[in-house]
Amino acid sequence: MVISQETKIINLAIDGQQVKTKEGTTVLKAAQDAGIYIPTLCSHPSLTPSGSCRMCMVEIEGMRGFPTACTTPASEGMVAKTNTPQLQELRHDTLELILSEHPYACLVCDRKENCESYHITLRKQAETTGCTMCPKNGRCELQKVVDYIGLTEVRLTPSRREVPILRDSPFFDRDYNLCILCGRCIQVCQEVRGIGAIAFTYRGSRTLPGTAFDKSLQDSGCQFCGACVDICPTAALTERSGRWRGLPERSVITTCPYCGVGCQLSLEIKGNRILRTVPVLENSVNSGQACVKGRFGIAEFVHHPKRLTMPLIRKNGELVEASWEEALDLVTGKLVSYKGDQFAFIASGKCTNEENYLAQKFTRTVMATNNIDTSARLCHAPTVAGLAQAFGSSAMTNSINEIRMAACILVIGSNTSSTHPVIALEIKRAVQNGGKLIVADPQDIELCRYADIWLSHSPGSDVALLMGMMRVIFDEGLADLAFIKEQCENFDAFKKSLKDFNLDFVEKVTCVPGAKIAKAARLYAAYKPSSIIYGTGITQHSHGTDNVLALANLAMLTGNIGRPSAGVNPLSGQNNVQGACDMGALPDVYSGYQRVDNPDIQRKFEIAWGCSLSNSPGLAVTEIHDAIYKGEVKAIYLMGGNPVLSEPDAKHAQEALNKLEFLVVQDIFLSETAQLADVVLPAASFAEKDGTFTNTERCIQRVRKAIEPVGNSKPDWWIICQIARRLGNKGFDFEHPSQIMSEIASLTPDYGGVSYQRLEEDVIQWPCPENNHPGTPILYVDKFARGKGKFSPLIYKPPDELPDKEYPLLLTTGNSLYHFHTGTMTRKVTGLNAIEPEGIIEINPVDAHPLKISDGSKVKVVSRRGEVIARAKVTEKSPPKVVFMTFHFAESAVNILTNPALDPLSKTPELKVCAVRIEEVQEI
Amino acid sequence: MAFEEIHSRAISEWESLQSSSKPRILVGAGTCGRAAGALDVLEAINRELTQRKLEAIITQVGCLGLCYAEPMIGIIKPGCPQIIYGNLTPKLAAQLVSDYLVNDNPQPDLALGYIGDSKINGIPNLFELPALKPQVRIILRNCGFIDPENIDHYIANKGYSSLVKALKMTPEAIIEEIKKSGLRGRGGAGFSTGQKWDFCRKAPGEEKYIICNADEGDPGAFMNRALLEGDPHSVLEGIVIGAYAIGASQGYIYCRAEYPLALERLRLALHQMEEYGLIGDDILGSGFNFHVKIKEGAGAFVCGEETALMASIEGRRGMPRPRPPFPAISGLWGKPTNINNVETWASAAVILQRTSEWYNQYGSERSKGTKTFALVGKVERTGLIEVPLGITLGEIIYGIGGGILKGKGFKAVQTGGPSGGCLPSSMLDSPVDYESLTAAGSIMGSGGMIVADEDTCMVDLTKYFLSFTQAESCGKCPPCRVGTRQMLGILERITQGEGKPGDIEQLERLAKTVKQSALCGLGQTAPNPVLTTIRYFRDEYEAHINEKRCPALVCKDLVSFYILPDKCQGCMICLRNCPVEAISGGKRLVHVIDQDKCVKCGTCLDVCPPRFAAVAKVSGKQIEVPQQPTHIGKSA
Repeated sequence: MVISQETKIINLAIDGQQVKTKEGTTVLKAAQDAGIYIPTLCSHPSLTPSGSCRMCMVEIEGMRGFPTACTTPASEGMVAKTNTPQLQELRHDTLELILSEHPYACLVCDRKENCESYHITLRKQAETTGCTMCPKNGRCELQKVVDYIGLTEVRLTPSRREVPILRDSPFFDRDYNLCILCGRCIQVCQEVRGIGAIAFTYRGSRTLPGTAFDKSLQDSGCQFCGACVDICPTAALTERSGRWRGLPERSVITTCPYCGVGCQLSLEIKGNRILRTVPVLENSVNSGQACVKGRFGIAEFVHHPKRLTMPLIRKNGELVEASWEEALDLVTGKLVSYKGDQFAFIASGKCTNEENYLAQKFTRTVMATNNIDTSARLCHAPTVAGLAQAFGSSAMTNSINEIRMAACILVIGSNTSSTHPVIALEIKRAVQNGGKLIVADPQDIELCRYADIWLSHSPGSDVALLMGMMRVIFDEGLADLAFIKEQCENFDAFKKSLKDFNLDFVEKVTCVPGAKIAKAARLYAAYKPSSIIYGTGITQHSHGTDNVLALANLAMLTGNIGRPSAGVNPLSGQNNVQGACDMGALPDVYSGYQRVDNPDIQRKFEIAWGCSLSNSPGLAVTEIHDAIYKGEVKAIYLMGGNPVLSEPDAKHAQEALNKLEFLVVQDIFLSETAQLADVVLPAASFAEKDGTFTNTERCIQRVRKAIEPVGNSKPDWWIICQIARRLGNKGFDFEHPSQIMSEIASLTPDYGGVSYQRLEEDVIQWPCPENNHPGTPILYVDKFARGKGKFSPLIYKPPDELPDKEYPLLLTTGNSLYHFHTGTMTRKVTGLNAIEPEGIIEINPVDAHPLKISDGSKVKVVSRRGEVIARAKVTEKSPPKVVFMTFHFAESAVNILTNPALDPLSKTPELKVCAVRIEEVQEI
Repeated sequence: MAFEEIHSRAISEWESLQSSSKPRILVGAGTCGRAAGALDVLEAINRELTQRKLEAIITQVGCLGLCYAEPMIGIIKPGCPQIIYGNLTPKLAAQLVSDYLVNDNPQPDLALGYIGDSKINGIPNLFELPALKPQVRIILRNCGFIDPENIDHYIANKGYSSLVKALKMTPEAIIEEIKKSGLRGRGGAGFSTGQKWDFCRKAPGEEKYIICNADEGDPGAFMNRALLEGDPHSVLEGIVIGAYAIGASQGYIYCRAEYPLALERLRLALHQMEEYGLIGDDILGSGFNFHVKIKEGAGAFVCGEETALMASIEGRRGMPRPRPPFPAISGLWGKPTNINNVETWASAAVILQRTSEWYNQYGSERSKGTKTFALVGKVERTGLIEVPLGITLGEIIYGIGGGILKGKGFKAVQTGGPSGGCLPSSMLDSPVDYESLTAAGSIMGSGGMIVADEDTCMVDLTKYFLSFTQAESCGKCPPCRVGTRQMLGILERITQGEGKPGDIEQLERLAKTVKQSALCGLGQTAPNPVLTTIRYFRDEYEAHINEKRCPALVCKDLVSFYILPDKCQGCMICLRNCPVEAISGGKRLVHVIDQDKCVKCGTCLDVCPPRFAAVAKVSGKQIEVPQQPTHIGKSA
């Protein structure tokens, strides 16, 4: 139910053609929509018109001079001409002026059609020689405009800038000799990315885009998203990767393998090699944007020499290469003897829906156990538990592109600009549109810059903070009682539990002034629609489900559910965490959250799969280790995870894996965990296989095979099928993932209408029960999935482990923009490593000073469970008594320190809070 | 405090000052006066007074506009008219104090004129001076007479009476009155002020802004500075009236940081207004709220362009954007905004005080009222002037300005700063109003008026203006950024003697492209100097290009110096002074300049004793002289 505003249709004449367009449209857009070409160099659909290049000058009756079509709004009865001789002459002469500053040999040379790669010219300046030597050849917008205008000669004295090429980005070069000053790079950095790392510098003919005081890009705040490179019409900004390889032969649109946003990327390919990845502009969740990882961090890991290309088998303690036959025989031979609950499968939020579906089917049918779980246990499980309890279904209630229209946004426990950069752009867009922003985060994260209110609450005090806000809302009569009465239940019990959260108490627990909390509460309640966005800062706690329930309460209390730009919106960390859960790679449910202990469901799957199935829920990932210690689990099949780095109390986890009798790891790299395996099976990367990912907004998107698998690697779905077949099981005779999707659709109500055929044309967000169902961008528009929304009374529970004398600091963990999870992929990318080469611990100067720790010094971080070495970054971004680390670096593996205390409902560990102390390390 | 009370207190203070028993000394201490040494003069006067144990009331006042006579002071002895003295030095000023105050000798030789009713022998009436007689001082009425740092002085001289009147009127009536006055934007574009206010008033939106453009950037222009320094309240009163008429509650004054004294006086004036309730919430009890902030510009010429100026206030780089939308609909922070120049605001206040009919009596058919100009360059009397529109260029240059310096011939006058055009002597009878100047290829601009004499090379002058506009281009659009640079390149070539046939046509073509396709006013007007000089002085371009000759003998690469054998007396002065040892010769030998070594600095010409006049400066021709030094008298 998206509210569409009535827009007036107006009529105008362009070049004698009658054109209808919406009021507010520019003359340029109206002409383009009518199929009339007007040359442009500075205009771009993502940007506000600037009118700087002057190419789109037109004549409009009744207007003086030559207004630019890109900046002039179309109006009723307007008569515009776009190609009179006078206009063409003006354009010609203006273009000539542009070319007097831009090496134009490639543009006007009469032999440009026959130019050879190494055409010899005797030019003494740094410019492209033959036209094919320009890295933008074939994609240069200047070429197109020169062709249209028909410019064949430049009569002006060339005035080349001859400035040195700037190479201070690890990914792209800035050759301002080729810049035409259209300003798009600056606009996209400012308007779309909200960064403003570059601006025009100097005046007159010295004017060029640049950084403040000519500082390096990194020092000026550049996040290397590459938006400027994508939007540059010439070769002034070009990525180094694939720079001299010429034009791509083909491109394949697929889904980014990093975070849960699911950006649509076009992989440009030559031979069997990805030259570069470009974000897709139209019909994509990302509207032409990506982040540094998706933009520059893909080709290099896909083609990395360390990719696994052959199966590895442990012989005499060493992993040695083996044939697929040998490896598969070995795996099947071993697995036969571990059928039942002594086996566990750990699936992956990195793999496709089809692969996760097969993983659970394999576990349940072939291995006869419900011991299947995924990495989602470490992040998303409290959402699954909490939102199912409150609403009846567990995912983002609204869509990403609605965020920009929210009147208020509460971001809590999510450093969105680092973890989901493209969603952060939506949040910034909302602020630009006049929306209010409340950020609740202990750290001074990037979004705080844009926030109206920043609540720096103590890690682990979310329930108190949120209940405090709700009490203010209720007490001040800001609650939506009509909505509550009509759509919700259990409100009285909840109301009673609010009593414990007076602002004095909340202030004490959260360390946030009560007045500020009240102000945030009023803002959230008053500005509707109001959207809640949260991440692992909410879920990774020993009371993570309570945190999620508190957010659900808050949304219901104000009626912010079931309407556009509102809702409760968890951001899933990995590309397909949502899909892995949807597919039933969980110990208690089949695909579509159908419970294994429901006899009807059990029967349905037994009939479909032709075997008997266990009705007792299996073990969660976080329970498996204890089960291994107890000797209950003896063999594990691990697909695409790296628990040695990602599990809390990682040393303990690693010891558990060592105790296993048999460990199979399937991955694209020999990860820290794979090094412990008995058999390592080389998997194909996302670029080498077909499938689907379900992003954080429940959108099912295609993953398309772009290149042949590297070496002898194979897609995960193929490997599982091979093993299942070798174990004699039917139901694994798939030849293409589309067939697996058909089976998923037949057994999973929410995916009932999904097919590869439809996905070619439609964007589908589940629930989509039938083939002709359009999908569901907004959940609970009419009613909640469980009927009535259920309020949950809550009590405040402190974190399991708090600082004390021995361990005086509170350690919280998170993500960097430049690395992803355990770094398996991103740490293979040279540029990302150049920007952020090692693990750091952020510490407030107040804490650093007495410990004699200065910025950049090496420190030892010690918890009850272990110790790691990291480099200190002394910064006020961390509040006093709180230190912060990322978990991307094996060398300073933060999860050696973290606390494995579990949330009782979701079994998710408290990765966000533990107590540590810091010691100085003498550097030698 | 009610305004009546403020007003009567100010009147009595002013009157007691006028009837003071102590002598009063007014020192013109605007930036112009200070640059000429006014503060040293002031110090000398103070010293002299102390030494002689004399008491006097000293007031620092703004600029009277007679720049050629700075530093200036005015002395009022009780019962006597004010006498204005100019061209003072500290020594002369101290002398005056003793001569006039002690010995009662008014030193008529040093006096420029008197102001007042009774006469003083030997001293003319100041306002009868040719420099002042044609002027009509409406905007500048207080400059040089009141203490700009004392709001009571302004109030005593009918200040803020317009505001009091305005607050009792409806906004519509005010706008109607401004419309009727015929006032047009004094920033140069000449759009009807009343209509502009009307657009903004009628634009939908609760929040509206008022901006005063005080980013006076034209080389040679200082009208706004003098007014802000000499009478800041006159501008502020207009701003508050405008805000009330338009319905704005926040205003900005965008003033260049290079005007520290103007900024200081503006800040002080705002502070005084606050104390009197003339600005802030509930102004004079009317319920009208209006606040003003001052934004200092960082010295970019383009920030005088309204859209760039607004971008700069918003904290962005000052770059213009295309219109529509016009600021009246979507200006500062996307809200309806009215932006006027300093002089326009000041004019609006006067109009309301004196009525539109009164204002209408000045000016021409379509250009009403008076306009201030900065008259500079090669005129005898440079200065800040205020004249009724419609006056001719000749009346300004020859009447007020006293003609060309050192009796030389007039060549051209540049109006409208670097965006304007150079008009020749044939245009001296042309009236100074918006339409006539535009028809002549120039613009009114904010009011710079630079006079060039016969020794000025028009190509060189054009090159100067182009180098200014191209350096000040914001870089956003190619016509301005590259077009001005290309034109400058051609002009440079021409002045270096490397002009080619076709250069003029190329210049014209570029000028047309830039004029028609540049984004903002800066670019669109940047070719004006080129176009007008080609229009009126094409022969000079042709001489440079075809004959490699600079008729004004300015372009270094086109001139040569020769020592005339029949005049040289072999005195060795030029030989010794030549910085590059290009002159050979000896005692009683005719000197010879080595043309290859000569850097054309002109030192030889300067030092050659006038009675010999042996050095000739020529362009486009060679003078036959001996190759080697020869004995005097032999060569002829």
